[in-house]
Amino acid sequence: MEPLERYRPIVDDFEAFLDACKRPLGTAVRVNTIKSPVDRTLDALEKDGVDYEQADWNPHVLRLDTDSPGSTWTSFHGFTHGQEEVSAVPPVVLDPQPGERVWDCCAAPGGKAIQLAALMDDRGTVVANDNNLGRISALRFNAERLGATSLAVTNEDARNYSLSRFEFDAFDRTLVDAPCSCEGTIRKNPDALDNWSPDHVASVAGIQKGILRRAVQATREGGTIVYSTCTFAPEENEAVVDHALDREACRVVDVDIGLDYSPGITEWEGNEYDTSLERAARIYPHQNDTGGFFVAKLEVTG
Amino acid sequence: MSEESTPAEDGDRNVGQRFDRLPATDAERTVDGRASRGAVVEYFADRFGIAPETFDDYTFWEKGAGKIWIYAGEAPTPIEIEAIGMTCLRTRQEHWKPTTDFVQRFGHHATDCVIELDRDAARRFVAGEDQARDWDGDWGYLIAGHELAGELEPLGVGLFVHGELRSMVPKGRQREL
Repeated sequence: MEPLERYRPIVDDFEAFLDACKRPLGTAVRVNTIKSPVDRTLDALEKDGVDYEQADWNPHVLRLDTDSPGSTWTSFHGFTHGQEEVSAVPPVVLDPQPGERVWDCCAAPGGKAIQLAALMDDRGTVVANDNNLGRISALRFNAERLGATSLAVTNEDARNYSLSRFEFDAFDRTLVDAPCSCEGTIRKNPDALDNWSPDHVASVAGIQKGILRRAVQATREGGTIVYSTCTFAPEENEAVVDHALDREACRVVDVDIGLDYSPGITEWEGNEYDTSLERAARIYPHQNDTGGFFVAKLEVTG
Repeated sequence: MSEESTPAEDGDRNVGQRFDRLPATDAERTVDGRASRGAVVEYFADRFGIAPETFDDYTFWEKGAGKIWIYAGEAPTPIEIEAIGMTCLRTRQEHWKPTTDFVQRFGHHATDCVIELDRDAARRFVAGEDQARDWDGDWGYLIAGHELAGELEPLGVGLFVHGELRSMVPKGRQREL
C-alpha cells in the first residue's frame, strides 16, 4: 500500500480509501445484450439459483453471489461476461450509437470492445485493436462466445495506427483504455503494486500520451474520445489528457455517470493542468465499493 | 504477417493471411472451391430453416481454406486483419459444419434439425459427452438446444449418427455445469 500514500492530499477520507483497497473485490458480471435481454438473463440466473444485485447506475452490471461466475448456464450461453463493475464505465461514457465507426485502441481481452458492440446493438463497426498478439487470442475467444459480429480485430501499435486498410479515414468515437500502472486493481490483484516505481509510471505515461494523441488525430471533428485507466496516478491521467489538450484539437467535456466520484485534479506535485480537467472523473474504491478508475471524455474540435 | 503476392496476382487462388469477401453467387467466384454467399445462405435455409433475410445486413468472408466468417461492419475486400466478425461455418468438406458460437448467436432462427435436450442431457452435451439418442430427422449436424428461462436456447452443434448424438462443443467452450 506504500505507493498509495502519496495520494493522501487528494483523496477525501483517505483512511476509508486505504481500508477499501485492502478489501477483496466481489464478483461482477455484465449482461451481454447481444445474446439476451436483461430480464431474461435475470430470469435464467434465478432459475440457476444464483443470487445477484443490479448496480444502481447500470442495470446491465450485476454483482453475483458466487465465486465461480463462469460455471453458470448464463455464462455458457454468453448471456453474462465477467467484468469488473468500474470497467463497464468507459463504454457507457463513450455512448456509441448503432451504425457508427468506433475504435477501441487497446482492446484486449475484449470486455469493453464487446460492450461497445452491444451498446450499438451489434450494428456498425468496432475496430478492436491491440498490440499484443497473445492477448488478441483472448479477445477473439470472448468476442465469439459473446456473439459479437461487428468487431474487426487488428494487431498494431496504437501510437502510429494506420486506417489505410479501411475505406473510411476517421472514427466517430474512440476508446483509449490505456495500459497503465493498474493501482486501482489492487483489490483484485493484491500484487498490483509490487513493481510500482516512479520510473515505471513515467514510462507508461509516455506511451499513453502517444496513444491519446493518435486517437484524437484518428477521430473526426465533433467525434468523441474517452480516455480511461485503472490507476490513480495523475501522471497517467490528468497529465496525459493535459498533454493532448496542448497539442491536439480537442476539449474536455463532462462525464455523465450515475456513480459517486471525485473531480479530476488540476495540480499535482508542482505541475498545473488545464482547469477543464475538473470535468474528468476519479472513481475511488471507497466511493462505490468497486475498483479504482479514471475517466475523461473529450470532444474533437478540429 | 507477410503478404507474399499482390492482390492482382492472387485473384485466382485463396490466400491464407487475409480475408476475402464471398462472391454473391457461384457464377461470380474467381477462387476455386470458395463457397458463395448464395450457397452459404441457402445451406442455412435448407438445413436449418433459417430465413435467408436473417443475413441481409451481414457479409460473409473466407480466411484460409474453408473457414467462413460472418460480419456486420464495414470493410473492403480483401483485407489483412486478425479477425472479422465471428467464424460461422466450415466449408470445403463433404458436410458443411456450423460453429458452436454461430449456433448460439443465430440458432434461435432455426426451425429444422434442432434437437431439444432435457437439463441432464444438456449438461452432458456441454461437458463434451456423446450420448445415445432417438432422432427421426436427418442425420448429420444438428443444433442442440434446451429450455432456458422460457425459451429454447441453442447450446451448440451436435453430430447425429447411428443412434448417437456427439457433442461438437470445442474443448475450450466445454463446461461442467
